[in-house]
Amino acid sequence: MTEGKVVEQKIVEPEYLFFEAKREPRFITGSEAVREAIKRANVDLAISYPITPQSESMHLVGYIYAQGYLKDYYRGEDELGVMSAVAGASMGGVRVFTATGGPGTLRAFEMFPTWAGARLPIVCAFFCRGINSPLTIQPDTIEIGFMLDTGMLIFHVETAQDLFDMLLKAFIIAEEPDVHLPIGVFADGFFITHTRELVEIPPEDIKLPPYDPYKSPMPVMDMETPPVRQMRDPFVMKSNFISYAAHASWQQEVRAAGERARKHINKYLGGLLETENEDADILIIASGTAVSQSREAIIRANREGISVGLVKVKVLRPFPCQEIKTITRKAKVIIIPEFNIIGWLAREVSSVIEDNSRVVGAPRVFGGMTMPPELILDEIKKQRFLLANK
Amino acid sequence: MQKVDYPVLAGPEGYLPPSAASMGVVLPDKGEALVEGKIVTEEEAMEVIADKLLSAKNPTFFPGPLILWAWNEKAVEKAKAVKELAEVVGAKIIPMPDYRPKYPMINYREEINPNHPNLTIWHNKIDTCVFVGVHCHYANVALKIIRGGTNCYTIALCGEYGHEDAMITLRDVQAREVRRLTEAIKRVKTEREDGR
Repeated sequence: MTEGKVVEQKIVEPEYLFFEAKREPRFITGSEAVREAIKRANVDLAISYPITPQSESMHLVGYIYAQGYLKDYYRGEDELGVMSAVAGASMGGVRVFTATGGPGTLRAFEMFPTWAGARLPIVCAFFCRGINSPLTIQPDTIEIGFMLDTGMLIFHVETAQDLFDMLLKAFIIAEEPDVHLPIGVFADGFFITHTRELVEIPPEDIKLPPYDPYKSPMPVMDMETPPVRQMRDPFVMKSNFISYAAHASWQQEVRAAGERARKHINKYLGGLLETENEDADILIIASGTAVSQSREAIIRANREGISVGLVKVKVLRPFPCQEIKTITRKAKVIIIPEFNIIGWLAREVSSVIEDNSRVVGAPRVFGGMTMPPELILDEIKKQRFLLANK
Repeated sequence: MQKVDYPVLAGPEGYLPPSAASMGVVLPDKGEALVEGKIVTEEEAMEVIADKLLSAKNPTFFPGPLILWAWNEKAVEKAKAVKELAEVVGAKIIPMPDYRPKYPMINYREEINPNHPNLTIWHNKIDTCVFVGVHCHYANVALKIIRGGTNCYTIALCGEYGHEDAMITLRDVQAREVRRLTEAIKRVKTEREDGR
């Protein structure tokens, strides 16, 4: 796998790579889609640490390093070490990539608000799995619930195609000077990483422009070049109002940067969500692979003469508050199927819509269970019956 | 939750005002600018800047590290243009040489710091200020603190996309744009002197 020469790559505009370059279908896994995205992302450095179901993706990134697509690559000592090391590299002004998932996410957790607070445009793929004891390696999206308030931008993919596209676009959105925040691209472990699907990908002889660290909203730690030969001193070591006020303004600025990302997300991802048949009385709101299961359930519901709308939430941070508030105005019931026990998406939706008694946080599966479309269809029928007999 | 029509005005707005971005103020696109939270053309914003600077009692420029150091030719050219602009306005210059908080007390006569910019503004009684050459994150942190705790009118000449928390912001400002602003101010100054 390490043989093969690197293809001579030409730098192209992001818009060309994303929207114009001719694409060919490839029958690949989600992990292989990561490899193909990173090949074209002009990444300087990737650091890996294995954890199922992420291991294969960073293993494949190691192969393309051997082929010359990256300048450096190594295995860290653990997830906290990896996330700390990529932070250092990013402060030093290079484009970095890493991936983790499940317990690895939680082991590294301290670094995620640190990345955001330091305005580091790191792109990290998260392949979700269960995190609790007794140990499970199986799919479960509970870790996304923990990540929502780290200050990072959070994307959630439905398919390997989404994973390929969102990873590449994440670099460009993250590095916008007014955003300059880390982006987590989340995929449901195994369902995405280990299954094959057709993914349309552009040629491998083109890649993104390099990261320009001198457009960063903070000084890049280039020790050779003034005016940036200065460390990012913390101001928080004093107990006085001025320090508290500065820290408060700093936190607000990190959240403000997330708000600014909306414009760029709209440009590159075509919006924070996608909708189908949104005027239906029964609306499903979902993210990740729960969207695919919902699509299948809706097809079956339509066959039985039941009209159901679908909202696919692609971006969880910033959250599409206004969009969801507007879209749900007419809905009589809002079904939110999730692959976790806590129902973080139902909680998010409930917090932004008018009359959240319409939210049905079901069905929910977790611990590795699959979500058969019949489960969602049963919920649709149940809610339709309740509406009819109200 | 995004809201609309949030005016970005001189303060003091209060103990901890929200960031303008979180209140729905969106940065301008190319060729545009923000005046008090509303999108206008770059030309319109330059006219308002000229009026504010020429009407101010104590206009002061706060140049940051990006133009205080001669780290590339563009920085040198921009710094010269900013110095000329300040001279045309008749403004003071108080630099922001770095971003480290100054303890136990900043020398407010000589410098300003993004973590406690209000101290320099209060002590020097600055009623209108111009941020230029400051890294965007630190400019945003400082502009919000100024809006929260002082009555200073803030103008940000940004080399990137602009600053929502300034009362007026231009984007993509390099030496050429600074010179255009200088010309606009010279013209308005002459008109005022002529009583027009």
